[in-house]
Amino acid sequence: MLASDKSSLKRTPLHGLHVARGGKMVPFAGYEMPVQFPAGVLKEHLHTRSAAGLFDVSHMGQLTLRAKSGRVEDAALALERLVPQDIVAVAPQRQRYAQFTNGNGGILDDLMVANFGDHLFLVVNAACKAEDEAHLRAHLSDTCIIDSLPDRALIALQGPKAESALAKLCADVTTMRFMDTGPRKVAGFDCFVSRSGYTGEDGFEISVPAEQAEALVTQLLDNPDVLPIGLGARDSLRLEAGLCLYGHDLDTTTTPVEGALEWSVQKSRRSGGARAGGFPGAEKILSQFEKGASRRRVGLRAQGRAPVREGAQLFADTASSEPIGKVTSGGFGPTLNAPIAMGYLPTALAANGTQVFAEVRGQRLPLQVAAMPFVPNTYKR
Amino acid sequence: MTTLFTSDHEWLRIEGDVATIGVTDYAQSQLGDVVFVELPKVGRALKKAEAAAVVESVKAASDVYAPISGEVIEVNEALAAEPALVNSDAGGKAWFFKLKIADKSELGGLMDEAAYAKHTA
Repeated sequence: MLASDKSSLKRTPLHGLHVARGGKMVPFAGYEMPVQFPAGVLKEHLHTRSAAGLFDVSHMGQLTLRAKSGRVEDAALALERLVPQDIVAVAPQRQRYAQFTNGNGGILDDLMVANFGDHLFLVVNAACKAEDEAHLRAHLSDTCIIDSLPDRALIALQGPKAESALAKLCADVTTMRFMDTGPRKVAGFDCFVSRSGYTGEDGFEISVPAEQAEALVTQLLDNPDVLPIGLGARDSLRLEAGLCLYGHDLDTTTTPVEGALEWSVQKSRRSGGARAGGFPGAEKILSQFEKGASRRRVGLRAQGRAPVREGAQLFADTASSEPIGKVTSGGFGPTLNAPIAMGYLPTALAANGTQVFAEVRGQRLPLQVAAMPFVPNTYKR
Repeated sequence: MTTLFTSDHEWLRIEGDVATIGVTDYAQSQLGDVVFVELPKVGRALKKAEAAAVVESVKAASDVYAPISGEVIEVNEALAAEPALVNSDAGGKAWFFKLKIADKSELGGLMDEAAYAKHTA
């Protein structure tokens, strides 16, 4: 990347801290982000699994959705016009995983939706945030006020020691359970804290005013249990946890059913439910719930040591010339010390234990369809 | 014994008509933690600039190119078993393969240690 290109990249409020700590900065979703720190991807990954990792995810979009009526139920009902999830049922101080769908049932983005009592708080992917905001405005401005919160940073603190590290700065996080959320004073700063993350570990995501982000992160990193973690380990951690990366494992051509995300669509939005359908692509998605989809996202374990990367084509055997699917995320799982991948296969070949082959550098490498998560999650439910 | 370098960050140790080839310490520092190495088959005739081996970190795969033409006469099986050697001893124990040099004139285009130091500065 040329220096002139780099200058057009945006920076998060933690940019200076990353550079000072030796972060190797790379372009990602229009931002200059640390891909790794001097410890390196492998150590950062394992440290997050054994202690605590701190991630800057300030590039992600933070938005609020308020009903003009002032009632959070109305904001929830409005958002249900764009997602196949039950948002009305999200209790105050709780959050839920959701997807914006398009008219073909494809996924425009995946997001977190939190009920903050009188309004909804949304966290969306960095690469989609402008489109997501426009999408919300285009469809919900009749009844809702949409605000983006570009003046807030977002950090994630993940791992078995995340709770003890955060509790030093905010005592009442210990009573939170997985997917609890809400405003908290952390180190005296006005934060939104949720017990959630993208690693499969117990942990927290903390939205903090931009001007206080560095002070907060510095206090967290003063704890020897906490190391800064780059995007490299963020990706290997979420892959081990079987979590989708939008734009890779999910996109506008994959539906929630094809993406093996049926668990995220509550009964109330499915056929026969209290508020069945009524979201973009409902006809296709609800029909897939009943009749099944022709392909499915699966986990894949290699039998050898060679990582199978994104884009590798999948075959039913070593001889056939027609691919049957494709790897959408793949690499090396440091916790398992083995290659892992996810990809799409015909539903008939999606059962755990099925053998398929990936083409890597002209060779067909055997893979087995495997259950996800690859590494059991440790959420505090 | 002479050690030469390529602009793609490989080193070659020349002993008679045999070249031992690996990647430089600079290369390993850029690659990060190496988790997989694929070596060429013994007996394979490599042409200069041909992809000869693969080195993979957690994040990405990189090719190792044949810096000169020649026949593969030995590969480092210990490296295939312990890819992290690339990070701990790139210039030593982590040699990749040995070539029987086909054309010594190809060595003329390679860098000496001083030139390589300048190249990575």
